[in-house]
Amino acid sequence: MSAQTMVEAIRDALGEEMERDDTVVLLGEDIGRKGGVFKATEGLLERFGPLRVLDTPLSEAAIAGAAIGAAMVGLRPVAEFEFGDYMHPAFDQIVSQAATVRWRTAGRYFVPAVFRAPIGAGVGGAIYHSQSVEAHYCHVPGLKVVVPGGAADAKGLLKSAVRDEDPVLFFESKRLYRSEREEVPEDADFLVPIGRASLVREGRDLSVLTYGIGLRHAREAARQLASEGIEAEIVDLRTLVPLDKEAVAASVQRTGRALIVHEANKTMGFGAEVAAFLAEELFWDLDAPVMRVAAKDCHIAFNQPEESAIIPDASKVAEAARRLVNL
Amino acid sequence: MLQQVPKAELDERAREERSFLRRVYELAVRARRLDERLWTLYRQGATGFVLTGRGHEIAQIASAFALRPGYDYAWPYYRDICVSLTLGVTPFEMLLGAFGRADDPHSSGRQLPLHLADPLRRIGSVSSVIGAQVAHAVGAAYAARVRGEGWVSVCWFGDGASSEGITHEAMNLAALHRLAVVFICENNGWAIGVPLSEQVAGGSVAARAAAYAMPGRRLDGGDALGIFRATSEAVEAARAGAGPSLLELMVPRMVPHSSQDDDAYRTAEQKQQALAADPVPPLRARLLELGAIDAEEDARLWDEAAREMSAAAERARAYPLPPAERARLHLYALSDGQRAERAER
Repeated sequence: MSAQTMVEAIRDALGEEMERDDTVVLLGEDIGRKGGVFKATEGLLERFGPLRVLDTPLSEAAIAGAAIGAAMVGLRPVAEFEFGDYMHPAFDQIVSQAATVRWRTAGRYFVPAVFRAPIGAGVGGAIYHSQSVEAHYCHVPGLKVVVPGGAADAKGLLKSAVRDEDPVLFFESKRLYRSEREEVPEDADFLVPIGRASLVREGRDLSVLTYGIGLRHAREAARQLASEGIEAEIVDLRTLVPLDKEAVAASVQRTGRALIVHEANKTMGFGAEVAAFLAEELFWDLDAPVMRVAAKDCHIAFNQPEESAIIPDASKVAEAARRLVNL
Repeated sequence: MLQQVPKAELDERAREERSFLRRVYELAVRARRLDERLWTLYRQGATGFVLTGRGHEIAQIASAFALRPGYDYAWPYYRDICVSLTLGVTPFEMLLGAFGRADDPHSSGRQLPLHLADPLRRIGSVSSVIGAQVAHAVGAAYAARVRGEGWVSVCWFGDGASSEGITHEAMNLAALHRLAVVFICENNGWAIGVPLSEQVAGGSVAARAAAYAMPGRRLDGGDALGIFRATSEAVEAARAGAGPSLLELMVPRMVPHSSQDDDAYRTAEQKQQALAADPVPPLRARLLELGAIDAEEDARLWDEAAREMSAAAERARAYPLPPAERARLHLYALSDGQRAERAER
């Protein structure tokens, strides 16, 4: 074990998987010489050479498309997009190609590729470096969507994603890249399974269901709430697709109250799906309506007051939790 | 001093050419009969959709002959019946797909007709998304480089696809890394209802190769030998590490875009011109002239092909539709449990 930041854990995950399997390749803008705009691939060019760490032109659609073609003929590409915001040009390839190849060929071809991108606001990145794009992809069958909330999970989940037989969208909350350190296993076969949520904190009064940066807000909020006598349980979903419905249900059955937290916009955000699941499957276990804390359906401003007004933080989560337990 | 080519060598070359043209023609005849059968089945209400490449046959066959079948990767688009036919896909397989049958070995009846996929014959998976496969071809060529393999990726697309951003992104990526790709544009002058003059600035797809520092050539889509030679040259240059090239094959579109297209945007004269540009009769005339076929043999080829397609259609039609409960199968890899269960069955 060693204390690592999330970006270091991601870099190790990539390095270990490339070491283990020479069909693992990286494609993306600035991932070679520069080592990635967030340095997630730093040093990998030197270790694995320019063929396996391919600095591409600014062509997101071709990055995704080439990754898909390469995956169909035997590679395990990991495509990096500098920001989730810049995945949109690749949307067609991911949604209409990566997601459909296995189904449309009835299993004859498949796409074992990973599409990585940083997401989220709170870093003064304004409209085009702050978007939370995960829900776009959750709507599409054939894709898996993973959003780790810490360094160890980032490493274990990314390694699982690389070894997965299906396309995995891997979203990294950029605000978690360097802001904290966590013990991360050094074992080359340390894997965190895709599709399994994690019970991060136990508590009797409500279930906070969250992922990515939301986990940090939830933890901070839980500390505040504990001092007021409210015990929040926290479930880190970790994987949005496939959703660990059993873990969600188990927690909500224990507490009877569900608060969903994410930084993406509220309308049609992933929380809407979780809320619908709870309404459909756990209605009689609920003691109160399901609540959501999410971004206020707006673009992200460069200036700090407008940015903060839109996105969730710990105090907004705590505030919502107080209201929920008093309902 | 001019070097004399020995007569025996000239004769041998002429024999090879004759035999090549004959093989192209035989495939074209079968393809045309299959094409006709597919349209008939649609009009009879036996199938729900059809789109074919009538007029593109010679271009597709002659270029596909330049591949090492089962080794080089072919990335056709939906109009490329003849590319797949040349690489060994049978009309029966295509007809199973046209009827949406479970035993269709390309998509198990899920995709629109002729959206083929065949990993064993190294034919990529066709989608309806214009230009998508161009990037896949480049990815497969990149994979060859990474794995130290010598396969070449050849992709086919229409003139409409030459306007898609992905096509240019993919060409640039391939050219930058001198990847082993051959880009083949089948230019029939129409992107559904938009003519080339409103689709391709400058009027030439081949001319765009210059921007990517790769060779670009325009060829008559009926010139089987010329296309075969140019494609072979491009494929072998790519294999040798010289990078990608672009071929633009000029073909007529003799049918509407698809069964859902009324083709009303073309004048009667334009449609007549397309029919008159049919590349199959000139090839037939050439074979007759060369003595590579006689009229009787020719008539027999057409009859046999018609019978083959009719029989294949009847055989395919008798196969069952996929069971509804399998609709979501293969969205994701089977779990170990599912695999074991299938193995037991």
